[in-house]
Amino acid sequence: MSRRDHDIRRYPGARLLTAVFFLWLYLPIAVVIGFSFNQNRLVSVWTGFSTEWYAAALANKALMDALEVSLTIAVIATIGATTIALMAAMVLSRAPAKGIYRLSEAVVNLPLMLPEIVVAVAVLILFSQLGIADGMVKLALAHTAFCTPFAFLPIRARLQGMSRDFEEAAQDLYAPPLTAFRRVTLPLIAPGVFAGAMLAFVMSMDDFITSNMLNSGGSTTLPVYIFSLIKRGTTPELNAISTLMILASLVIATAALVLAARAMRREA
Amino acid sequence: MRALTSFRLWGLAPAWVLMGLTLIVPVAIVAGVSLADRGPYGGFDWALNFGSYREILFTLGWTDELEFAPKYLVIIARTLGYGLVTTAICMALALPVAYVIANARAGWKPFLVYLVTLPFWVSMIVRVYAWLIILGNEGLAEKAWKFLGGGDVDTFLFTNGAMLTGMVYSYIPLMVLPVYAAIEKLDPALLEASHDLYGNRWVTLRRVILPLTWPGLSAGAILVFVPAIGTVLEPMLLGGGRQMMMGTLIQTQFGGGRNWPFGAAIAMVLMAMVVVVLLLNARRAAAATEART
Amino acid sequence: MARGKAVEVYNVSKSFGTYQALDQVSFTIQENEFFTLLGPSGCGKTTLLRMIAGFESPSEGAILLDGQQIETLPPHRRRVNTVFQSYALFPHMTLAQNIAFGLENLGWDRRRRRDRVAEMLELVHMTPFAGRRPAQLSGGQRQRIALARALAPEPQVLLLDEPLSALDLKLRQAMRDELKSLQKKTGITFIFVTHDQEEALDMSDRICVLGQGRIQQIGTPSEIYEDPENRFVADFIGETNFLEAEVLELAGGMARIRTPFGLEITAPQKGLAGPGPATLSLRPEKIGMESQAEGHLLQGTVTGRNYMGGFTHYTVDVAGQSLRVSRRNALSHAEGHAPGQPVSLGFRADSVRVLAQ
Repeated sequence: MSRRDHDIRRYPGARLLTAVFFLWLYLPIAVVIGFSFNQNRLVSVWTGFSTEWYAAALANKALMDALEVSLTIAVIATIGATTIALMAAMVLSRAPAKGIYRLSEAVVNLPLMLPEIVVAVAVLILFSQLGIADGMVKLALAHTAFCTPFAFLPIRARLQGMSRDFEEAAQDLYAPPLTAFRRVTLPLIAPGVFAGAMLAFVMSMDDFITSNMLNSGGSTTLPVYIFSLIKRGTTPELNAISTLMILASLVIATAALVLAARAMRREA
Repeated sequence: MRALTSFRLWGLAPAWVLMGLTLIVPVAIVAGVSLADRGPYGGFDWALNFGSYREILFTLGWTDELEFAPKYLVIIARTLGYGLVTTAICMALALPVAYVIANARAGWKPFLVYLVTLPFWVSMIVRVYAWLIILGNEGLAEKAWKFLGGGDVDTFLFTNGAMLTGMVYSYIPLMVLPVYAAIEKLDPALLEASHDLYGNRWVTLRRVILPLTWPGLSAGAILVFVPAIGTVLEPMLLGGGRQMMMGTLIQTQFGGGRNWPFGAAIAMVLMAMVVVVLLLNARRAAAATEART
Repeated sequence: MARGKAVEVYNVSKSFGTYQALDQVSFTIQENEFFTLLGPSGCGKTTLLRMIAGFESPSEGAILLDGQQIETLPPHRRRVNTVFQSYALFPHMTLAQNIAFGLENLGWDRRRRRDRVAEMLELVHMTPFAGRRPAQLSGGQRQRIALARALAPEPQVLLLDEPLSALDLKLRQAMRDELKSLQKKTGITFIFVTHDQEEALDMSDRICVLGQGRIQQIGTPSEIYEDPENRFVADFIGETNFLEAEVLELAGGMARIRTPFGLEITAPQKGLAGPGPATLSLRPEKIGMESQAEGHLLQGTVTGRNYMGGFTHYTVDVAGQSLRVSRRNALSHAEGHAPGQPVSLGFRADSVRVLAQ
């Protein structure tokens, strides 16, 4: 007769529910990937394997233009947001959490506290008032703003978890402040900076609401373009585009995870 | 010491300039625009006019008398309702899932957390589009329904179910992660103590696990509720635009409908709702901290 | 031999808001000295060390290093190095890179750096580990590397902030001897911060006892233990019996007092102004028991016994006063004195210290 421990941590059904949850989580992604190889023009009727829709997607000039806009904006927003977030995090992790510093922390995180559609409307009205017509400038500014808290949070968390002793040790060993920052603080918070930059990049690439609101000639981002395709009807080409985007996200997310894990192992 | 302080303020300056320029000043302008007169071809003319707010509740009849018109109130209520139901479903799903992950073998945990977050890295529009295919005509959902012996359906799209599925799918990782963090911190000895003191699983769940993971659940609730009531994509794609929500209503006022002051007024109402939720949460968090010390 | 002054601290005060961490502290540390700042937690000793290192600046007063005023210099311009309590070894650098870090900032050329790093690794017996990272070391090894890193730039003064507190007991004992010999070998002035009196008594040339933000006493280990300046020091260092006494007459360093047992004795005094009530301090190991009882004799009853292995601590009631008496267990399984048993005690008048209340 086998004896089993009375495992008080187990709740009947929870594991099954979790398994179903994960299936449900990945079902849509699997469906999109699967149908992207469908020969048939109709999305939901499978007739045979084909990669022609990938060829069509890659030959789509408008799609490539949108991708270029998205990448350009994402790179600018990532650099801008990460720099601003890093500066703010360096100050705020050392300052007392009161007065102007406490307020500043809230200001940096402001985009997280407002509904995005409100932010989108606000910048639209602002740019119309300022008479800024250049779509790229508008997008770059707006994206930098809403990406900043995403870059800020991991950097702040990393600085919070870092003992100040390292910085003091560097200064004690004759490193002037800038050297101490470059050679000790920055390498130690690098995983946080990297995670923040990744998040900012993904958030910028992903954004629909603001980009759609600011959409004007020549500044159509990838999600906005995909939205216009969806409005015209589902096609296998759309599935191929989506699959490529899923793969890109997968690569970025995995890279972020691997780097974070490596950083953690080094310190263990 | 003085040099250090001035460096501190300089380090914060870029963040203030950016947020001031793109958020603080613009939101103030939106507040101003919500009181402006409607421009003839979109846009607006500065004025002090509460008409846009009045329009939320009333319409002007033929003889300029105010008639109560609930059509926008219905949209606000629907937005709140979808937000609350989405949050509730996310909570109910996230608790068991996060619990199972937190109690998985140590080697599996990071992988399972990675699996939860991965879809979140996939573009929102792609995720919503995927449900469009599944729920669409002759899509997977319909085939499965017929296979299981279900009767004829017109379509699964443009229903409450489709909207909720899309919204829960979009925001669930934001709930699982904080709940997981809270359960992960839970000392297993507390569960043992509860059982030792004659509590069964359900007593332990209700009286030990739930109260101690409440901070995670409420943090997740904020993270889900705030974007959920501002959502635009799900109502437009899965709701087919038939089920207007506040986000889509605002969007149309700046697009096709072109009533900027009215759109701004709705945006202010939406923002006020979020601010109320955040303030309530801040008060709750402060009270919780106080109770602990 | 006249030695130079390594560190001078003049009237240094430090307040955090309304809290006065240090109040008018002054002392001088000689070159080559092993100087210890000892005190309970919150006494201001770490604050003092951090002010010498440059991480905090005094609210008032001056700090001189080798005759130069330094309290306005940033940490990287002060020729002092710190061994941090957490060691603060840079996790992203190898041990050799950690040790070379200070030398690079001082502008040493590559060859000189390499030689110095090798020399320091040799000094702390860590040569084979040069290429490893801090995460791969044990606590004792980290401690050695932290020492090597701080000593490499040949600082005028080495500051050590409770460097042994993270080690286990056995290792701590070994590291004490290693630290002492390193200090002798390098000839560098050490300022050592600890709350562990045993460490302080064992290693220091001189000890500065800090309490409540003030200096309570500065002296050699035996001066601190045998001739405490006041009640705080007598209480903080070692164990002692405090008894109420009455001063009858003062004569220089001596006081004639009446003890609570009715005896009149003459004993060394500190800090008394004139006749009146005073405190008498008598260490437990200076009270003899039974066959070892000598000097002034007392009769008492054992009320408690704590067996400590090498020693047995007795609590003895003498005329309503409770006295702690410590006895070395010189013989194996020697019968002790059971509670309830009457015993005779004895102490010499020159073992007693008379202190202000």
